[in-house]
Amino acid sequence: MTGRPGLLLTAQKVVWWVAPLLALTLAGCGGSEYRFPGHKPEPMVLSVSVTCSPSSIPSGQTSQCSATVTVQGNAAMSVTWSATAGQISSSGLFTAPLVTSPLSVTITAISQWDPTKSGTATVTVGGTQPPLGNVLPIVVDAGPAPQTFATVNEAFATVTVCIPGTQNCQTIDHVLVDTGSYGLRLLSAAGGGELTLALPNQPADSKGNPLLECTVFLGGYTWGNVAQADVTLASEVASSVPVQVIIPSTSSPAVPPSCSSQTTGPNMGNSVIALGANGILGVGPFQQDCGVACTTQNSTIPNVYYDCMRFGCSPTYVTLAQQVTNPVTLFATDNNGVLVQLPAVPNGGSLDPSGNLIFGIGTQSNNGLGGATVLAVPDSGTNIGMVITTFKGVTYPDSFFDSGSNGLFFLDTATTGIATCKGQLSPWYCPSNSPVNLSATNQGQNANGNPVGTPSTVNFSIESASYLFTTGNTAFSTLGGPGFGGFDWGLTFFYGRIVFTAVDNMSTPAGPGPYYAY
Amino acid sequence: MHIFRFVGNRGRMTTPALLSVLLLTLPLPVMAVLGDNAASVLTDQAQMKGTLRSVDNHTYVTHEITSGSGTVVREFVSPAGVVFGVAWEGQFPPDLQQLLGPYYQPAQQATTPEQQQGRRRAPVVIETPGLVVHESGHMRSFQGRAYVPQLVPQGVEASEIH
Repeated sequence: MTGRPGLLLTAQKVVWWVAPLLALTLAGCGGSEYRFPGHKPEPMVLSVSVTCSPSSIPSGQTSQCSATVTVQGNAAMSVTWSATAGQISSSGLFTAPLVTSPLSVTITAISQWDPTKSGTATVTVGGTQPPLGNVLPIVVDAGPAPQTFATVNEAFATVTVCIPGTQNCQTIDHVLVDTGSYGLRLLSAAGGGELTLALPNQPADSKGNPLLECTVFLGGYTWGNVAQADVTLASEVASSVPVQVIIPSTSSPAVPPSCSSQTTGPNMGNSVIALGANGILGVGPFQQDCGVACTTQNSTIPNVYYDCMRFGCSPTYVTLAQQVTNPVTLFATDNNGVLVQLPAVPNGGSLDPSGNLIFGIGTQSNNGLGGATVLAVPDSGTNIGMVITTFKGVTYPDSFFDSGSNGLFFLDTATTGIATCKGQLSPWYCPSNSPVNLSATNQGQNANGNPVGTPSTVNFSIESASYLFTTGNTAFSTLGGPGFGGFDWGLTFFYGRIVFTAVDNMSTPAGPGPYYAY
Repeated sequence: MHIFRFVGNRGRMTTPALLSVLLLTLPLPVMAVLGDNAASVLTDQAQMKGTLRSVDNHTYVTHEITSGSGTVVREFVSPAGVVFGVAWEGQFPPDLQQLLGPYYQPAQQATTPEQQQGRRRAPVVIETPGLVVHESGHMRSFQGRAYVPQLVPQGVEASEIH
């Protein structure tokens, strides 16, 4: 110090003038300078200090750092930023690296006027965070016992259900995470499932007759009571959620023919093997599993909900609130959708990879959309919940993202040129020159079938299924087979991606759902 | 394409100014199915309480039934008067047992057994010499088709059945 007062400047260009017996504040003056008569300070940088806020952040998130540069005279206050990991911009915005364990990152600001003067701060990445409570672990493993053969490409979660308003609860493992359906369905003990808790039935009418539901899936259907449960997923609770308790064909009431005749597939609720899971957690882009089409707004009663009286079951209208409901939408927070996060899976597959089902979109530090491409899907018309996939110049407006499908199912051998397998594995692709590398483009659409939003190109590979099924792995990013209509982007698509599902009529940073984003 | 008055006869409406769509509501309860004769279309229409639109494509006639709940069923009738294919789309699948008739049970049996390696959670793809069935979609949006290869008229591509 030379006896002259220092000029304190921050990167935000707040200027403090301090003089003996005199202090005055000049805000926002940038490079303006005030000189006391008779004194000409020698320009120099006295010190640099750094602060970052927040000082502890999750993996991949950001922290804003600022430098306080104390200078004398007209020394420049600009600094150069650096970080020991991750990235930092010229304005001090630090972006953390992706880490699997806590990491301390040192942020340094060096004075450009005098590089011997610098300051540092430490940012902890992925360390102890306040519990977010919205992360439900998922795993792609061999499925619940008993299975004759290991399940492949099925992502499972563990859910807790309670009799509403009580602490009488049961935790059910191996519930399939399904972005292609809406609502929670659990296989009853009668069907060989884990659920033994006696969830209260939701009545169909004023006489207290039970309400049952017929749910058609790809390749089969489920039949069973609509019951109510408090549903806990991670730390999030949805109270009195209508759920389906799946019963087998041997249980009463019997499956109505008008239910089973909607598919050529079997009753998937007859056993754990038939369902391939202890239940299905439908977290697709709609609040209810049927919507207005099952209410009195439809002129015809569809064969979905049934009022089961003493002498049989008849289709009945239900209100939206009576329908089996996506439980995420009934959380107090983080209720506008989900993201599915799974690690990349190499050619040949992986064994038991794990990931996360994270609730909410843009509601917490761990579920931001970032640079994800948004693909809107219609909530009415003939392509409800569908995107447009373009492949080899042909558009397929009946395409969808379905974590509950266990491969990539598209077109046929005549269109793709990819042979199917021989024998028992015949409904899968077995390219002779494996892998086959392909590319398609996805785009959102409106209810009129017109494309909306930015198209996104997806590169993918198909390997021979007869080879993949010999590896003993449970997760395959290259497993595919023929389909019908559009592309069914099954779990193969989800590996190495973060896929968002935004629910209809719920607001998100990218506008209301329904949409997918990745 | 020409507008066709009704099933069975090949006579076309001659007035070009005729309606582009002919809506019929004929409640005739008979059985009607894949592989059956064209009159069976009316049964399906009655069963679905739907409206009917018929279109002559020269090599075959398409009858499109729209049910009250919005599901659209198309039935493809050959010049011989046989329903050689059916297709559907909508928020709910139609009654496939009625629509596929004698082919419903073979389709059920052709589904991949659960206790077999390589089970698909996927669209249904049944392709046997005597029957092709495809079912796809997800909750709130279903589509599919079925046809009997031997009954498809010459010159008609399978892709036209949709």
